[in-house]
Amino acid sequence: MSENKSRTGTTRRSFLQGAAAVGVGAVSASAAKAQAADPLITEVQPWAQGFGDGVDETPYGLPIQYEGDVIRRNVEWLTADTVSSINFTPIHALDGTITPQGCAFERHHSGAIELKKEDYRLMVNGLVDTPLVFSYADLERFPRENHVYFCECAANSGMEWAGAQLNGAQFTHGMIHNMEYTGVPLRTLLEEAGFDTSGDVSGKWVYVEGADASSNGRSIPMEKALDDVLVAFKANGEALRKEHGYPVRLVVPGWEGNMWVKWIRRIEVLDSPVESREETSKYTDTLEDGTSRKWTWAMDAKSVVTSPSPQSPITHGKGPLVITGLAWSGRGAITRVDVSRDGGKSWETARLGKPGEKMALTRFYLDVDWDGSEMMLQSRAIDDTGYIQPTKTQLREVRGLNSIYHNNSIQTWLVRSNGEAENVEVS
Amino acid sequence: MSKFLKIATLAVATTAFAGSALAEKYGLGRPALPAEIAAWDQDILPDGTGLPDGSGDAIVGEEIFATQCAACHGDFAEGIGNWPKLAGGADTLDREDPLKTVGSYWPHLSTAFDYIRRSMPYGNAGTLSDEDTYAILAYILYSNDLIEDDFVLSKDTFFDVEMPNANGFIIDDRAETEYSRWSSGDPCMKDCKEDVKVTMRAMVLDVTPKEEGASEELEQAAEVLSQEDSAPEPAPASKEEEPIAAEPAFDAALAKSGEKVFKKCKACHQVGDSAKSRAGPILNGIVGHPAGAVEDFRYSKAMKAAAGEGLIWTEEELAAFLAKPKKYMKGTKMSFPGLKKEKDQKAIIEYLKSFAD
Repeated sequence: MSENKSRTGTTRRSFLQGAAAVGVGAVSASAAKAQAADPLITEVQPWAQGFGDGVDETPYGLPIQYEGDVIRRNVEWLTADTVSSINFTPIHALDGTITPQGCAFERHHSGAIELKKEDYRLMVNGLVDTPLVFSYADLERFPRENHVYFCECAANSGMEWAGAQLNGAQFTHGMIHNMEYTGVPLRTLLEEAGFDTSGDVSGKWVYVEGADASSNGRSIPMEKALDDVLVAFKANGEALRKEHGYPVRLVVPGWEGNMWVKWIRRIEVLDSPVESREETSKYTDTLEDGTSRKWTWAMDAKSVVTSPSPQSPITHGKGPLVITGLAWSGRGAITRVDVSRDGGKSWETARLGKPGEKMALTRFYLDVDWDGSEMMLQSRAIDDTGYIQPTKTQLREVRGLNSIYHNNSIQTWLVRSNGEAENVEVS
Repeated sequence: MSKFLKIATLAVATTAFAGSALAEKYGLGRPALPAEIAAWDQDILPDGTGLPDGSGDAIVGEEIFATQCAACHGDFAEGIGNWPKLAGGADTLDREDPLKTVGSYWPHLSTAFDYIRRSMPYGNAGTLSDEDTYAILAYILYSNDLIEDDFVLSKDTFFDVEMPNANGFIIDDRAETEYSRWSSGDPCMKDCKEDVKVTMRAMVLDVTPKEEGASEELEQAAEVLSQEDSAPEPAPASKEEEPIAAEPAFDAALAKSGEKVFKKCKACHQVGDSAKSRAGPILNGIVGHPAGAVEDFRYSKAMKAAAGEGLIWTEEELAAFLAKPKKYMKGTKMSFPGLKKEKDQKAIIEYLKSFAD
């Protein structure tokens, strides 16, 4: 069979199977069946006859009902209550790199608050010439920038640290989203308050704090604060969602999501870190000997195959198969992603959807002709610092078993010949 | 620190190159007033900067803890369910599943004062006085065997308390301890290992949430959205001709808005088929039924006494309780400050009616 013929044949077969509602795991190896004409084509369908919805049916649209399973999901047993909890982006069902706000994971410490723009205040105080208060309207008058960045919770894949636990890319890797932010560089606001950014800033810190009841606060070294931190008020072109910090959140490119303070209300310049709850008792990494790493801010390079995966099995049988996934690095741009189909024995370099961008998600594809045999799918990201995504064994050799945050190890999906996939660990 | 310093130097160089010695100003914003800074700038630094006057000891702290904190953290700071444990865990950090508490893990006492005063009690943050905060913190330290019960905690004695894990932290050393281990040279592409075996399967654990009814969830979400657009006005009470005996008339629209108000209660109370008692008891069937009747729930003495006297949660009694819990029942464990609006009280009661026993 020429490659061309094979491609056409498979398309027709899978379409017919879809029409006949053939379920998961259907094998389409057999030759094309004797075909009856497709009534979807030969008969006039209701949608081709009458009207659809008029404009204004949904002044702000939600996805069509058939996409109802592409939603954030929570793992209830993880936390005591949803007001201090996390849910997961359905990365298994998305493509490209931009995460729609409506299904981008949420993490709250005391619930998503409703704060009006009119009631919003941002204070800059501490070691500045003039402590200032900005209104929301003030922020919109500063020169602003657009940048695409991923935001990953330090605990993403944390439940997988001790062993394969959750069956789905959404749950193992879904504490991440990637949006285009519009905002004012933090540097601009510090300069407005008279902080001298041209002097020696080493040893200086900013403490950033949210307006919600948890008053989540983190200390950020001044070098980072002046480098690329944004005070953002738009994501993907529209206002931030309530659950992502409306009206204003901090964007700290490449660094753990907890530092991306939502509903940000105060920025204080200090000459030492505050050592707040979130940077001492949480978001620190305990090693085997009982000592703990602190200030582990950067998210190291990581990747995952999003499809096929447990929630996104292969339903079309043998033949052309698109293996796809996401890669990212908090220390730079992704330059290469390798995919293994045999659990890490051999690797093939995948195609990047477009060249990797700094601290943003990169989509990769490996287009294969699947022979229907079992696969142990893995992906391995490499960034422009030369960092190569490690295996879980390599990470454990350094960190032991009690570390929770910053698990950026290689993930394995065991894909069976019926197309179903499951989360496994391999030797 | 070395890696960090390198970055620092680089950033400084870049900054100098950018040449923003005289940064442009836009004249936006206004000066922050001293009272405003005082109201928001509450952080306490590890060296004690920011600690207020006042003091407290564990004896006073125990009483405050019982009413303000124990509902989630337990009478002895041992933690209830998934809520944080605040005491115990000494010498567990190098073992499997270390228990990380204020006593066993937190390096700075300042962090605990800062966090308690700003963010606790949960659901009623920022209401503790400085005195109460010192007393609660003293009780937590006492529960961790770090001070005696007559130790008076204040800014003068703050550093007499030794935090056991004060020296237990190192600064991120991944650049030295990790990067060269697996990022030197080219990655292996062929014959990288001889054999691959599955060593663990997530399916065996079976803890992944089920996805049935996913589309229903979206429909519900859409419903809630449209609900929020049009401010929920309670529909006129349906006037069924003869309501069946004691069965109160049920107002679905009001219950729906009550569901929203109930978010305030959900940190501690559950309703529905799979409800469990947590910091607060299950509330299924509460309306019209005797107080203090959920089995295995540890009610306050006050609630037990009221139950003994035959208190029935009629709509009127419940509304009075919800308005000002601590005034209605002195000694209740419910730390909720109360629902001022009569509309909210009624809505919640209507919502609770929809959950039968």
